[in-house]
Amino acid sequence: MDIWRSDRTGLLLVLGWLLSAGAWTAAAQNSCVDCHSVLDPPLKVSAEQHAVDIHTQKGLTCVSCHGGDPEAMDESSMSKAKGFRGKITRKDIPNLCGSCHSDTAYMRQHNPSLRTDQLSQYRTSIHGKRLAMGDTKVAVCVDCHGVHGIRAASDTLSSIHPLKIANTCSRCHADAAYMKQYKIPTDQFAGYSASVHHEAMTVRGDLSAPTCSSCHGNHGAAPPGISAVEAVCSTCHVVQAGLFDKSPHKKAFAESALPGCITCHSNHRVLRPNDSWVGRGDESTCVSCHVEGDKGFSVAMELRKRLAALELAITNSDATLKAAEQSGMEVSEVKLEQDQARDALTKARVTLHSVQLGLVDEDINAGMKVAAKTQVASTAALKERDFRRFGLGLSLIAILAMVIGLRLTITMIEKNGNR
Amino acid sequence: MENKDCGCPRRENPDFLDSGLLPAGSPGTPFASTRRRLIEILLGSGFLASIASFLYPVARYLVPPAVSDLGSDEVIAAKVGDLKPNSGKIFKFGSRPGLLLLNAEGEYKALAGTCTHLSCTVQYRGDLQQVWCACHNGIYGQDGRNISGPPPRPLESFQVVVRGQEIVVRRTMRA
Amino acid sequence: MKLIRSIYEWLDERLDLGELSAPLRHKTVPVHYHSVWYYLGGITLFLFGVQVVTGILLLLYYRPGVNEAFESVQYIVTRVQFGWLIRSIHSWAANLMVFTAFIHMFSVLFLRAYRRPREMTWVSGMLLLFLTMGFGFSGYLLPWNELAYFATQVGTDIVGQVPVIGHPLMVFLRGGEDVSGATLSRFFGFHVAVLPGITVALLAIHLFLIQRQGISVPPGMEAAANALAYLRKHDPAAAELWLQRAGFPEQRSMKFFPNFFLRELMAWYVALGVLGALAALFPWELGTKADPFAPAPAGIKPEWYFMFMFQTLKLIPAKVGPIDGELLGIGLFGVAGGIWLLLPFLNLQGKGRRSQLVMGLGIFALTYMIAMTIYGYLAK
Repeated sequence: MDIWRSDRTGLLLVLGWLLSAGAWTAAAQNSCVDCHSVLDPPLKVSAEQHAVDIHTQKGLTCVSCHGGDPEAMDESSMSKAKGFRGKITRKDIPNLCGSCHSDTAYMRQHNPSLRTDQLSQYRTSIHGKRLAMGDTKVAVCVDCHGVHGIRAASDTLSSIHPLKIANTCSRCHADAAYMKQYKIPTDQFAGYSASVHHEAMTVRGDLSAPTCSSCHGNHGAAPPGISAVEAVCSTCHVVQAGLFDKSPHKKAFAESALPGCITCHSNHRVLRPNDSWVGRGDESTCVSCHVEGDKGFSVAMELRKRLAALELAITNSDATLKAAEQSGMEVSEVKLEQDQARDALTKARVTLHSVQLGLVDEDINAGMKVAAKTQVASTAALKERDFRRFGLGLSLIAILAMVIGLRLTITMIEKNGNR
Repeated sequence: MENKDCGCPRRENPDFLDSGLLPAGSPGTPFASTRRRLIEILLGSGFLASIASFLYPVARYLVPPAVSDLGSDEVIAAKVGDLKPNSGKIFKFGSRPGLLLLNAEGEYKALAGTCTHLSCTVQYRGDLQQVWCACHNGIYGQDGRNISGPPPRPLESFQVVVRGQEIVVRRTMRA
Repeated sequence: MKLIRSIYEWLDERLDLGELSAPLRHKTVPVHYHSVWYYLGGITLFLFGVQVVTGILLLLYYRPGVNEAFESVQYIVTRVQFGWLIRSIHSWAANLMVFTAFIHMFSVLFLRAYRRPREMTWVSGMLLLFLTMGFGFSGYLLPWNELAYFATQVGTDIVGQVPVIGHPLMVFLRGGEDVSGATLSRFFGFHVAVLPGITVALLAIHLFLIQRQGISVPPGMEAAANALAYLRKHDPAAAELWLQRAGFPEQRSMKFFPNFFLRELMAWYVALGVLGALAALFPWELGTKADPFAPAPAGIKPEWYFMFMFQTLKLIPAKVGPIDGELLGIGLFGVAGGIWLLLPFLNLQGKGRRSQLVMGLGIFALTYMIAMTIYGYLAK
């Protein structure tokens, strides 16, 4: 009857005291999040954001950047005396972040493999240079990485995950009103979104495909110079770049101050190339420089003719192959060989970057040989099909003879009174 | 069935049979036996021809073809001596190409022959001693691992067994 | 002819074939307006024979097993001499056999041949029909192509829906919870050993019964023939008068051997010709190898002889009152099948409402099956 003396009550009391003590302690350590999680934006920092932030997970707190006293429960937590820095001005952000991230010895304690040259790179970038001149509209660390709730780049939810980088850059670079004073285009994101590089990443899941930072750099972001463009593309497209270097285009482009690669392929809107880009049609890139009568023009024409010839040979052979397959002939081996002809065409489309007919012909001829072979095989398959139908005809004649013979026999027997 | 006596001249009467009054081919008339003979020939030859047209394909079917079927699990990729050291060749494995290579140390290795980037057929480069895809300069190690260039995934590797003069390639068996 | 005769005589000397062939020589087949339907049973039997022969030939090269089945069929069709012919004939004959079996069943139904005393013939025949469809279902999976794999999955899924016994039955059929290599092994066993064994036994019973009881005649004709025989015995003059006035045809019949047999041979030869033409002009497809991890292609359909059931199940709404729709469908088909099997025992013969009910049901069933099959193919 006496509740103060029962064991259950005692246990509950002890538990309750422990919990409140714990809550008290926790609260005592995080008065910043306690208040700021219930304030309205822009002062709002939710407890969740705080929890997922990589800095929090490494043991840092609000105080590490903002100073102040996290144990005080009142306004004194934000007093200058306690070292409170308040909101960091945009101009100061890179230096603040760099105070840790450029300190190699310090970073080694938390993540030894992380680079520590971000700040020095940033200072060479367009963003860094303009910030030094006083332009606070440019990107600083928090614009790309987020400010509270920063995630590692490998985290798919991070704003700097490879799949997200283009979106992050486009927040400013696709905003025409924001970028008005800088007089640079704002169609890069739109172009990139339509490109094969974007498709490789989002559709085929190839995270090694290039995004903004792959060509422009991330911290040291700047457009490559005209002479540097080819070098940038050639980090992946080695073969094409090598062929281009051996071609007459290399010297010609340099002399006309034309960047390699993007003159024909575009920088952001890199689309899947088409054979019609070669030659003299409406979509041809050759005729932007070459005119009828000059050597380059005639080479362009020849190249187009060769590509078209091989494509036609493959198409024709494919058609015969399909006809054979649809009439029930098994042609899987021939189809496999046909893949080699298609490979040859792919290779020819690479070799043409040398604009040397001799080199391109090697691939074209190899392809033509295979296509001819498969054409012969498919035609043989069709002939075999016709032979089978002929055989069928013969057996049907035999069967017909038998049926007629039977019919006559029946008539004969029955007329004879079943003799 | 009984023949009713209709009062007509008996059908056994030879004069009546030869008179031409009965339809040609009626039993007993001169043409009847010829007709019978013709029908017999037609039936016999039809029967033989039809049986032949059934038995011929079956007989051919029973003879095993020259190339024996080992299924998609293993295939004879080459004969010993086909490959020179530090060279490779493409062979058919199921419906996809495979790459058989004999490296400089004299070991046979077999990999899937389709590049994991955009499905071009790969080849062995003796100068690099690695597997190369000519389309976009993808490079794989001899174990199929993608080393450089665009390929996002390694090439599947197969088991190689030398049986006498034959080099047999099999899919790696997993328990 | 002479050769055959001399062979016959040689054997007769030694085996007294006369005694053995007596029942065959005396067997007669009724001849009337509907006797053309009598050929269908024989054609189905012939097609079964074709299946056994081509099946054995295929067995020489086919290999069950997920890594070998598709490739061995591909091998047969591309490398083995005339393998394409044997395989295509086997596939086409399978479909034709199901078709003729159904027509045979319906013709027996409409000609009322299932009546007393032929109940056992009907039951054995219905079981043979189910076995034929089982042959089709199990054989379809053996090439291990994409369509077959998913059709088998859907089909066995439906079996699994049956209450109480459904799940264990499904696991038994599949050799596990999912369609896999175990299913292929099992279906192979069913197709080449279990089903043929049961079928041969049932066929023997079915044919023996027909031999013993003779071919049935439609009820009207049988009644008239019985009446005529009675009159002839008691009042021949009245019988003659009736024949003349009513113009009623005598019950004609022909000897089974050689008359009916030669005609049947003709029909079999024609069937063979049709099979050859189908195999050469419309060879059976190989398809793509089954990949259990790939998603099912859109619009998976079962083979045509299951289509009417499949389409019916698709049309039933998910829930009919408190009962699950698919369960209701399966239940209905189960009940229908049961009624069909036991038709002779339901005492529905004789003139009057009851026999007309059977006719009506038969016509309804036939029309329903045809309509649902067509619908199934037209629907997306």
